[in-house]
Amino acid sequence: MAYDLTFAKDVYKKSEMGQWIKMCMQCGVCAGSCPLRAHWQHSPRQLFQMVRAGMRDEVLKSSDMWMCTSCYNCIVRCPRELPITHIIHGLARYAETEKMTDPQQPTRRFAVEVFWKNITSTGRVGEAMLTMRLYFLDGLGAGIQRGLEMKDSAIGMLKTRRLNPIPFRGKLKGFDGMTKMLAKAAELEAKLENHA
Amino acid sequence: MKEYTFFPGCSSEHNASAANMENSVQSMCRMLGIKLNEIDDWNCCSASIGYAGGGQLPRMALSARNFALAQKQRGNTDLVATCAACWLAMRETNERIEEEAHIKQNLNTALAEAGLSYDGHIKTRHMVEVLIEDVGWDTLKSKVTKPLKGLKVAGYVGCQTNRPFGVCGDSFENPQYLDRMIEATGATAVPFPMKVACCGGALMFSEPEKSCVLTKQILQSAVDNGAEVIVTPCPVCQLNLEVYQGLINKTLGTNFNIPVVYYSQLFVLAWGGKWEDAALHQQVIPAEPLRRFA
Repeated sequence: MAYDLTFAKDVYKKSEMGQWIKMCMQCGVCAGSCPLRAHWQHSPRQLFQMVRAGMRDEVLKSSDMWMCTSCYNCIVRCPRELPITHIIHGLARYAETEKMTDPQQPTRRFAVEVFWKNITSTGRVGEAMLTMRLYFLDGLGAGIQRGLEMKDSAIGMLKTRRLNPIPFRGKLKGFDGMTKMLAKAAELEAKLENHA
Repeated sequence: MKEYTFFPGCSSEHNASAANMENSVQSMCRMLGIKLNEIDDWNCCSASIGYAGGGQLPRMALSARNFALAQKQRGNTDLVATCAACWLAMRETNERIEEEAHIKQNLNTALAEAGLSYDGHIKTRHMVEVLIEDVGWDTLKSKVTKPLKGLKVAGYVGCQTNRPFGVCGDSFENPQYLDRMIEATGATAVPFPMKVACCGGALMFSEPEKSCVLTKQILQSAVDNGAEVIVTPCPVCQLNLEVYQGLINKTLGTNFNIPVVYYSQLFVLAWGGKWEDAALHQQVIPAEPLRRFA
């Protein structure tokens, strides 16, 4: 049986830092270093081998890379110095651009639908709005329930002036320029390829 | 007076979750004779999860805009960040600008849309690096007027102030700088095997049930080792360890009530600053063990 390298070559070229997957020697230090190891189905090591084996659907539909907390344990421990954290982020983003991720994946929803929109709508994080949008993603009932669970913390933060009681914030002075900059960056991103 | 360009980051804004860090850092720098010149009109650095919505270039363009503004307003003066994620995102962007010509070119094409450009060459530094390398251990110790004698502190370094860049060449697995800072204030750094374990970071927002388990183990280790207070340099660690203690107690059946403060708050207090100067009135879990030094 011949290997189909189509998917691997796509990842090497289009997924952030994907070209480094070629260098993985399958030792598994990343797997043992990950704080979320109790939860994922496939370790980084396994995902890399699945890329090389052409398992496109299994890799891109996986929830595993979305559990990355960006702790960078894997990156500093990898004996071949692969930028593993960035490769994992890259695979998550690549799955997103290929529209393969489960739309209900909770971290995908938070990162893409809430966080990125929050920062690009004014230029800075609006923490109160960010939290409200996240809590109410699943509708009013779920939002109120989650809000009640965190009620004491929210009151504590309001009292200590660490939460703005007004969830709306103004835009940066250079907001229009920043928006144009991001649009241009997105346009260039579509043409971006990794250099081996 | 030593001056730096300053990037506070979103959580350090007025009425934001790390306002206690920001206020105590400002007091600390005043006491050290350091002037922090905030970048005018800075934007979010894209944080740890910006890659998902922003890919590579839009994500890095956000940091590039901050560098461009910094260069225009303050030249190539060192840029200081206090937030771990901001420091990391900016250092990563700068590294790629310096090392990958096509990234630099693409980011400048994007910046041109905002009427900006960035030439590289600004060094991004964490506030703890400024304390260790520019201020120095001798000064940090000699400024102490109210030693925090007898105070037992767990030094929680966390992830991003440690990995992947490291602080002043310290170890990734067992960094010493935070324990040394604790000892510099006269307090005692307790043994703390979880000092570089992950608190769950932004996963606390999207999958709190997974993140709470990680945070619980860190809190438990601090308590088991006799700590009265946890100290950290990272605003996400501080938030997860302090503000989520209630949720952890409720969902995991624990009974934690341990304050979590920043290194800057310890220094301000030990150097004779007032409770409010150290922003210790801004703790959700009151820092009662520190009262005896106020």
